[in-house]
Amino acid sequence: MVEWTDAEKSTISAVWGKVDINEVGPLALGRVLIVYPWTQRYFGSFGDVSTPAAIMGNPKVAAHGKIVCGALDKAVKNMGNILATYKSLSETHANKLFVDPDNFRVLADVLTIVIAAKFGASFTPEIQATWQKFMKVVVAAMGSRYYIGILEYQQAPEICLANAAFSH
Amino acid sequence: MSLTVKDKSVVKAFWGKISGKADVVGAEAFGRMLTAYPQTKTYFSHWADLSPGSGPVKNHGGIIMGAIGKAVGLMDDLVGGMSALSERHAFNLRVDPGNFKILSHNILVTLAIHFPSEFTPEVHIAVDKFLAALSAALADKYR
Repeated sequence: MVEWTDAEKSTISAVWGKVDINEVGPLALGRVLIVYPWTQRYFGSFGDVSTPAAIMGNPKVAAHGKIVCGALDKAVKNMGNILATYKSLSETHANKLFVDPDNFRVLADVLTIVIAAKFGASFTPEIQATWQKFMKVVVAAMGSRYYIGILEYQQAPEICLANAAFSH
Repeated sequence: MSLTVKDKSVVKAFWGKISGKADVVGAEAFGRMLTAYPQTKTYFSHWADLSPGSGPVKNHGGIIMGAIGKAVGLMDDLVGGMSALSERHAFNLRVDPGNFKILSHNILVTLAIHFPSEFTPEVHIAVDKFLAALSAALADKYR
């Protein structure tokens, strides 16, 4: 269970309150697709992603950026239970979308950079530390359903968890 | 992921723009790393004050950024150019090379803060590749 001090909770709310999802979402996803071009593998149906200009101007990329960034809202509003909040999203990404969970960390780091660029010096080292702790928890929650098979977990959770512990 | 001719020229051009503020960027990036990734403090337990604005932190951040600036001019042979520093990190300092990625991330965050319009996605990818190649060169002599 992750512990949040009152100061950390209010820092996260304050940062998120100043983020415009409609602006930051597209910027962050576009930047991921440019800086880590192999991530384009997930967006074959999005049309032209052949150049940075094409990516940043692509309306499907922008729309998807808003969706992805918007999902963070659930975590901000449920900081006491991020793991449960992202359970079904994690399952979807693992079992239907087949997204490598390392991408969640990549997106979190790029999002942090985009937010830093927007906020400037007001994104202090201390605020960055709290924000990155929050990102780390979100990333872990998004990866949480990858290591346990759904059927196995339903049938014998204790055995499944024990196997997972041994496999790392 | 080797550095292309274009990567090298983008990095050189960007470094030309930031060179006046390199010390400040280095100091801040290093301070951010110690604050946001507290496990990195273990290498500096001999310093009394590890807060972002402290003297030793600012000084050391400047030293690191100076070495990175020199490496910009050595991009054609980073392994050779970083050889002595690699041996130092491997055998004297014994810094786990996983930490190079952490510092690189904090350098990118600091660059985004100080140069929001110059740190475009195209510059970001070239600088990220450069820092990754530099990190690999710095880890080259470890084993």
